[in-house]
Amino acid sequence: MFKKNNTSGTASLSVRTKKYWTRNWQLWIMLLPAMLYIFIFCYVPMYGIQLAFKDYSYATGITGGPFVGFKYFKQYFDSPMFFTTLRNTFILSFFSIIVGFPAPIILAMLINQIRNTKWKRVVQTTVYIPYFVSVVVLVSMINIMFRNDSGVIGNLLKSIGLVARDTNILGKESAFAPLYVLTGVWQSMGWNSIIYIAALSSVDTQLYDSCKIDGANRWQTMINIDLPAILPTVMILLIMNMGNVLNVGFDKVFLMQNSMNMGASQVISTYVYTVGIKSGQFSFGSAVGLFNTVVNFVFLIVTNYISKRSTGTGLM
Amino acid sequence: MAGKNQKNVSDEIVKTINWPDKIFGAAVIILSILVFIIIAYPLWFVVIASISNSNLVNLGKVTIWPKDISFYGFQQVFQDARILTGYVNTLIYVVGGTILNMAVTMPAAYALSRRDFSTRNKIMFYFVFTMFFSGGLVPLYMTVSKLGLISTKTILIVYMAVNTYNLIIARTFIQNSIPDDLYEAAILDGCSHFTYFTKGVIPLSKAVISVLILYYAVYHWNDYFNALIFNSNSAHAPLQTVLREILLLNQAFASGNGGVQGGYAQSAADQVKYAIIIVSTLPILCVYPFIQKYFEKGVMIGAVKG
Repeated sequence: MFKKNNTSGTASLSVRTKKYWTRNWQLWIMLLPAMLYIFIFCYVPMYGIQLAFKDYSYATGITGGPFVGFKYFKQYFDSPMFFTTLRNTFILSFFSIIVGFPAPIILAMLINQIRNTKWKRVVQTTVYIPYFVSVVVLVSMINIMFRNDSGVIGNLLKSIGLVARDTNILGKESAFAPLYVLTGVWQSMGWNSIIYIAALSSVDTQLYDSCKIDGANRWQTMINIDLPAILPTVMILLIMNMGNVLNVGFDKVFLMQNSMNMGASQVISTYVYTVGIKSGQFSFGSAVGLFNTVVNFVFLIVTNYISKRSTGTGLM
Repeated sequence: MAGKNQKNVSDEIVKTINWPDKIFGAAVIILSILVFIIIAYPLWFVVIASISNSNLVNLGKVTIWPKDISFYGFQQVFQDARILTGYVNTLIYVVGGTILNMAVTMPAAYALSRRDFSTRNKIMFYFVFTMFFSGGLVPLYMTVSKLGLISTKTILIVYMAVNTYNLIIARTFIQNSIPDDLYEAAILDGCSHFTYFTKGVIPLSKAVISVLILYYAVYHWNDYFNALIFNSNSAHAPLQTVLREILLLNQAFASGNGGVQGGYAQSAADQVKYAIIIVSTLPILCVYPFIQKYFEKGVMIGAVKG
């Protein structure tokens, strides 16, 4: 066996392959279901992207039809819905990130500063609860609580002067984005703070002691010790968020849509659903979807690059 | 002399620290109370509105405590056949889906956690790439339809069989918190990967398993998107689809009060809605305390590390 190894390169290669497989075949079997699933439900649809460049016909299915190039992209870019959906998507995701991204960080630092452990537990458990509320339930709560005339929270906001008396919050286009973003913060702030709380709890306590000796107050300690401690986590999550800039959650927008707010609530993903699935324009729907994916991907790459240059933390 | 000096210095520290810290402490308490109210009040309101007279609720008279208590809403909910079907279907999807999720995710996570597995980085990329690039909704729909899975119960169980983010959490956990010595000892004893995984890794991964069960179960419980896209058969409708019909599309409630016959219809409809919200959210909320014990530990260790 030794001899064989030394004399022929191909033999040693096959021996190495053999060794690899005797060592790892079990691992491959354990990976197989997951890889198969990802292949069927992620990579096969990626192959189906070519639909965006072809004229779909029922007879030929996902791969067939004559090649038409960028026809459907042009159709989308030229349609009035292009600007509307792009603008709405950007507005919703931009404000979701601006407001929604720092909120859990601030909340985590706040919870971390609560000294009374019982109260801390109560706050922590309470802020997690909205995560368990489904989107359907959340949107119906919004509908009931902001309903014109009888909505509790709508009336509260009107009585303290945050919203003009005669506005119909649910039907007003300009109210859609704030409503979407703020209810999103309400739901996910607590849950998203878990990861930062975990990061904060692993800060070396010696650092706090030395801060005390240096005469820093609690605010200064928080800014100089806590914040840098969670910065790597913050950067990774920020990059991942930026990669989803145009993936405004279909679910919630779709459910919040009504005939009055459509001008502000039709986003790319809901548009893909409407034209692609509901009215069966498969090629057009694929083209719009692909445009969405590509923009996301560019955002991800750019943020990752900037983050790597400036803080040294990056995904890839 | 030296002692006196030191005392002065410490006095000075106390003086300079005290005030800012007191203000800071007060601000923390006030802010945390504010956050607590903002998060808790809407939830509390649903609870009190579900057992109060809907007319009083609509007039804005029910704000902190329930008024004119009745359980009419809950009675109606439990009489509705659609909700019952939805419940049963959702239970099937949650239990079946979560079991499948764990059966697929955990072995894969173990394989990817083995440092001596030379192909693992390439396979990792194979998974991670799908987090950021996808074929989009329409090609996905066409694929599922090609597989003949449209309007079957199977698709609602199988879809999202493995979530890459959860896979990473599990992999990171196994890699960082199960000592390598254990693996080496097991190999010396002649353990295969299979036996080491089932006898060694699984019992030591309770924390991350409970986290993943929670993530997956909540996902299945709250999912309405997949039913909307892939399944239009109302006999397969999960709870969330039924909820959407009743809560958002305002479909008449089955058991007779949807029409105009009773003067109570409209006001009672609201009470029924609040009751439905509670009945549909409470079960999944009850899962959390059971695994809370493992939860924070699991999240902490599995936290984002690409």
